[in-house]
Amino acid sequence: MTLTRRTFPGFAALFSMPFAWVLLLLVVPYGIMISVGFWTRQFPLFYPDFQFGNYAQIFSDPQYTTVILRTLKIAALVTLGALSLGYPLAYFLVFTVRSAALRNLLYMSVVVPLWVSYLLRAYTWKIILGTDGALNSLLVSTGIVSAPLDIFLYNQTAMVITLVYIFVPFMVMPLFTVLDNIPRRLIEASEDLGVGPFMTFWKVIVPLSLGGVIAGSTMTFCLAFGDFVAPVLVGGPDGTMVANLLQTQFGAALNWPLGSALATLVLVIVLVLLQISSRLDTAGRVELT
Amino acid sequence: MHALKWWQRGMVGFSLAVLAFLYLPIVMLVLFSFNDSKVTSFPLAGFTLHWYEAFLANQQMLRALWNSLVVAVCATALSVVVGVTAAIALDRYEFPGKRLFQNAILLPLSLPGIVTGIAMLNFYKQIGIPQSLTAVVIGHATALLGVVVSQVMARLAKINRRQLEASADLGATPVETFRRVTLPTIRSSIIGSALLCFTLSFDEIPVTYFLTGREVTLPIYIYSTLRRGITPEINAIGTVIVAVSFVLIVLSVTLLRDRDQS
Repeated sequence: MTLTRRTFPGFAALFSMPFAWVLLLLVVPYGIMISVGFWTRQFPLFYPDFQFGNYAQIFSDPQYTTVILRTLKIAALVTLGALSLGYPLAYFLVFTVRSAALRNLLYMSVVVPLWVSYLLRAYTWKIILGTDGALNSLLVSTGIVSAPLDIFLYNQTAMVITLVYIFVPFMVMPLFTVLDNIPRRLIEASEDLGVGPFMTFWKVIVPLSLGGVIAGSTMTFCLAFGDFVAPVLVGGPDGTMVANLLQTQFGAALNWPLGSALATLVLVIVLVLLQISSRLDTAGRVELT
Repeated sequence: MHALKWWQRGMVGFSLAVLAFLYLPIVMLVLFSFNDSKVTSFPLAGFTLHWYEAFLANQQMLRALWNSLVVAVCATALSVVVGVTAAIALDRYEFPGKRLFQNAILLPLSLPGIVTGIAMLNFYKQIGIPQSLTAVVIGHATALLGVVVSQVMARLAKINRRQLEASADLGATPVETFRRVTLPTIRSSIIGSALLCFTLSFDEIPVTYFLTGREVTLPIYIYSTLRRGITPEINAIGTVIVAVSFVLIVLSVTLLRDRDQS
């Protein structure tokens, strides 16, 4: 229904409560965070202001730039890892599993871990990779190494493994949807024309599944970019990510203006990525009708 | 089933390995929760329920568990009330700024939780709401609104408008139409998204981390314990949480999915 004088009262009655809720408790908080990013700090207090000092500090202090670049790198590696595990799995579910019931069951078993406590799933890697953890004790008891190694935990590799593990289901969901929507007759047509399975994959399936690749990668990248649990649990001294810097600004460092500026930066990066991804998705979409 | 080619077999192997990768860590958690040893190493030392007794005797942990349950129930209830109302309004009316509003609701789902947490912390500080479980409830309800709105809207889009018109023509008031026509159709999507909200709120860390005061929720309790070191008690409570979330999730996925068949 479009809004007219007749329909407006009904609309207002229905919409005013959720509108007020979202405006006051969601939009305004983001707005306040953005404005606090321009405030000044005179330890231990903060004063309303409008200056770009916090941003200047973020971009000039190597302490911050290093961490931002590292976070981008880790998030990119995690996305790549999740994609290279998730794509074959989604392909397998859609094209190799013939029985619909089995496919649903397997798909469900991929998706379910996504909603199972994120903290606990990150934590399990601590018990697996630790010095007296499962992996080490297995290596020692099978005689592959003579003493437990401390190389597995508390480094960037452990962080990437943990985050890939957490985000694989996120990757599989959109990939499964796009692959499942590819009409089988296109693949059959390609095969009938004598094109081998690899060329069919490359020329037909890959282009038609790009939307899912973009959606899954964006989601994974954005969420991995802002993670602060994995660095704390399995990351080492060189594992600080942007989110940990944020924690510090609101904790020990007590610099809310700087923290808010940094959080605003994360917000902007994510919004830009989401925008690019939705553009790419529309631009790359192939009409199948 | 016809014979698979070598590359297909390779892919089956790879996919099964990825599935194993998804479940092995969870299996480890469960396994070590029953293992009679303080360290999480192989070979297993024997069966024990000691760690479960330990967490049942841990007053702090039980209190945190209770807090988490209260927070999740309250946040879910709020989220459902606000979300369903919003979904109906969005489904029924066209108005300027509709897309923007929808995007705002969905934003916390694709944004790292820490940003939303910091935004809310800033806001609550300005208007003088102290960090507390109440603040956490409001924060969760707001951040999870997108779950309810998107699921319920998807179901509403499938309602036959004629039914609503027929109901109105037969003299039903809007409230009656809602109760007798709309609600039965969207009921399973409401229950499904409520279960999802509950699990997500129960496990939430980033927003909670910034909004909670002296009282903590279970994930925050576990998180701060883990920074100090591992205790097998965590494996025990973790196993319980995993088991309960599995049931809730399978239930909600089933409820949210049956729309495709109906």
